[in-house]
Amino acid sequence: MSSELAQKAKIMDQEGIRRAVTRIAHEIIERNKGTDNLALIGIRRRGVPLALRLAGKIKDIEGKEVPVGILDITLYRDDLATRAQHPLVRKTEVPFSVDGKKIVLVDDVMFTGRTIRAALDAVIDLGRPKIIQLAVLVDRGHRELPIRADYVGKNVPTSRREAVSVRLLETDNGEEVVIEEKET
Amino acid sequence: MRILIKGGRIIDPVENKDKTLDVLIENGKISALEKKLAADGAVTVDASGLLVAPGLIDMHVHLREPGYEAKETIETGLKAAVRGGFTGVACMPNTNPVADNQTVIKYIIDRASALGLARVWPIGALTRGSRGEQLTEMADLKNAGAAALSDDGRPVAGSGIMRRAMQYARMVGLTVISHCEDPELAAGGSMNEGFISTRLGLKGIPGAAEEVMVARDIILSELTGCPLHIAHVSTRGSVRLVREAKARGLKVTAEATPHHFTLTDAAVEGYNTSTKVNPPLRGEADVAAIKEGLADGTIDVIATDHAPHTMEEKDVEYDSAPFGLVGLETAVGLVWRELVRPGILTPAEAVAKMTVNPARLLGIEKDTLRPGAVADITIIDPSLEETVDPLSFASKGRNTPFAGWKLKGLPVLTMVGGKIVYSHAGIKIL
Amino acid sequence: MGLKNKDLLGIEHFSPEEILLVLDTAASMKEIIGRQIKKVPTLRGKTVVNVFYEPSTRTRTSFELAAKYLSADSINISASGSSVVKGESLRDTSATIAALGADVVVLRHPMAGAPVLVAGQVKAAVINAGDGAHEHPTQALLDMYTVRDKKGALEGLKIAIVGDILHSRVARSDIWGFTRMGARVRVCGPSTMLPPGLENMGVEVFHRMEEALSGADVIIMLRIQLERQQQGLFPSVREYARLFGLNSEKLALAKPGALVMHPGPINRGVEIATEVAYGVQAVINEQVTNGLAVRMALLYLLAGGVAQ
Repeated sequence: MSSELAQKAKIMDQEGIRRAVTRIAHEIIERNKGTDNLALIGIRRRGVPLALRLAGKIKDIEGKEVPVGILDITLYRDDLATRAQHPLVRKTEVPFSVDGKKIVLVDDVMFTGRTIRAALDAVIDLGRPKIIQLAVLVDRGHRELPIRADYVGKNVPTSRREAVSVRLLETDNGEEVVIEEKET
Repeated sequence: MRILIKGGRIIDPVENKDKTLDVLIENGKISALEKKLAADGAVTVDASGLLVAPGLIDMHVHLREPGYEAKETIETGLKAAVRGGFTGVACMPNTNPVADNQTVIKYIIDRASALGLARVWPIGALTRGSRGEQLTEMADLKNAGAAALSDDGRPVAGSGIMRRAMQYARMVGLTVISHCEDPELAAGGSMNEGFISTRLGLKGIPGAAEEVMVARDIILSELTGCPLHIAHVSTRGSVRLVREAKARGLKVTAEATPHHFTLTDAAVEGYNTSTKVNPPLRGEADVAAIKEGLADGTIDVIATDHAPHTMEEKDVEYDSAPFGLVGLETAVGLVWRELVRPGILTPAEAVAKMTVNPARLLGIEKDTLRPGAVADITIIDPSLEETVDPLSFASKGRNTPFAGWKLKGLPVLTMVGGKIVYSHAGIKIL
Repeated sequence: MGLKNKDLLGIEHFSPEEILLVLDTAASMKEIIGRQIKKVPTLRGKTVVNVFYEPSTRTRTSFELAAKYLSADSINISASGSSVVKGESLRDTSATIAALGADVVVLRHPMAGAPVLVAGQVKAAVINAGDGAHEHPTQALLDMYTVRDKKGALEGLKIAIVGDILHSRVARSDIWGFTRMGARVRVCGPSTMLPPGLENMGVEVFHRMEEALSGADVIIMLRIQLERQQQGLFPSVREYARLFGLNSEKLALAKPGALVMHPGPINRGVEIATEVAYGVQAVINEQVTNGLAVRMALLYLLAGGVAQ
């Protein structure tokens, strides 16, 4: 699995990411007609800083606090049975009831849709939200499940041989989205 | 039939001989022992580079027959004996029925002599059924061929009955062999009591369980005048008690087993039930003391306590497994590994502890290579190295803690009464 | 990063990294226990077989529940309801369990080393749920979890373990675990119930409870089996309770806010006074909840197999 990655193209820089987050924040407010009953849940790892940034923008725009939760989907993955060793589990921290809420799931990259499928199951195990929406920074295509995002920072057509890497200041060195080629 | 053993190094502790000589065997006896013997038409054994010793004797084995033939029979036990270089063994009476009467003793002797493998000297029980209550008919046992008396495996707990047994045994003229174990101190234990038993969570048997009985039996030997032989000495304290008894001139002798001078209780780690033996494998200080006792003569005899069990019996939880391990087919290799090569014993001293010393205790005379003597001979190749493979054992027992060990210094030919009963594939016989 | 071995047989051979991995994973699992719907689909299709050769309500139900919360199928085999009473050997029983396709075998056995025998026999992961006086690793992990949860860290803490150390698998596993994590462990009990060589395990040995408790951050009281009196290991329950029972006066010798722990079930009024067992410093019920989280963590970490 440890194939080398060679950077091919930078598709978003720090400014681009900022603008995308700002736009998504506006779209969320607009679509939900404000922030009533709204809550954001970031998917570990990079969905978490993105959710916090969105909450910050929403507060800037609307002046209202939106609660943010953290979801670890490891226990809901559909590939556990096929893995030689189970991946590390981290804590799910959703400090509010999801019952009746408008939940916006937040992740960095949307690819096959399997992560989102797991996240949907995880959220539903926490209770019964009124609606679940999905916000992603990048949608790179190649869906394997009938799932689509409600809010997309950027649609990026890719080939399966390519990898899309999101780097955020909170979790990585730097702030950018790049396409890398898997050298096998 | 004439057999000529050529070019071997003769080790004869009785004659105090250690030199290269040829041995001619005729009509089951040694007929000549000289340099450069020639014998037309004789079968010739090329023994150059090999040690030629009087036939080894193991004075402590369990042949299990009658009664426990699934563990071992007299036949498989004796095949194991000759493969291990032993021309004779003394077998313990804890059979079923117990060898506490002349019928069982005679059965064992008849069965063994019909087989024509190694010689067998049965040991009679000290008390009826080895229950520690009533004396056996010791005179009858002796007449039937018992070479000594012991309640090995079910040690005599009561001091009163032990005293009377020793008084009576002395009158009859038989040595008492004592498996020294205080049943209360040892109760429920599976291994040596110490740090390892604490770590493994197994109930320990303290060294004191052996030592209090060694002390008691030495005192009773002094009281009764009965010759006492301490079986399988396992602790430093026991060695010290025997040493003191000998210094005071008491008729006390002792034996040690290869496993007790080779392994410590660290071998129990992993719960391999082949390490479960009674007395248990002890600590490093105990192993060192046993080696010292062997070197200074405190311990007279090396004996195996060969105790075969079936796979089903041993393939269980450590606490559930019976005590005992098989020793006949690894004894010589371990003696060479632990005692001879490190220089603790000379080859002649080691051979003495497996020939003349046990022979004297048992009242046997087949212990020398003197011309005229019965031709019981063991040939040892000090440089032959093999890996211990329990599946290749002649014994039914596979319960050895030495599986996979490389042992160097192995028996290659065993001769009983002038007949070759075992020879290694590598030895040249023309 | 994962556990090094296929099985969990004891804490003795567990590294600090492995202990931390289990504790951290358990912290994630504890969140699930707090939910209204206490179930995740993680171990769907996996089979956990609980084999109990000794009666045990706590440990067995804890493992059973842990398996259920993770959606594994679990079955229980107890000595009284199986071919065990018909004389089937442990080896044959494990062969049967292997043939059933178990992914994890949880074994409680009265004899030390029994899990080692089974582990060598089956491809499934074997979790030792207590073997004789040897080890009870999941109890030690839940004890460490509880202490870390309450005290923030384990390093440098003074842990006093009091009671029948000789027969206690909990004591052995706790000693290995806490010392490995940098805590300082003291053991205290009657001289007839302290096994030889304890000092070699890196602990201080005491006979006077007052000394052992002085300045302690954590007190782990062990259950005294009352039949040990018949075996001549202590003269009377009365004297045992006086010398080695924990009451509020003795507790006052420990650090303020010291935790009182007990693996259960408790002989109230013998090794622990009622006012202490129900007092503010007791975390005995939390130990039970944490035990569930720790066992979920272990099932999760071991059911996936071990990387080569």
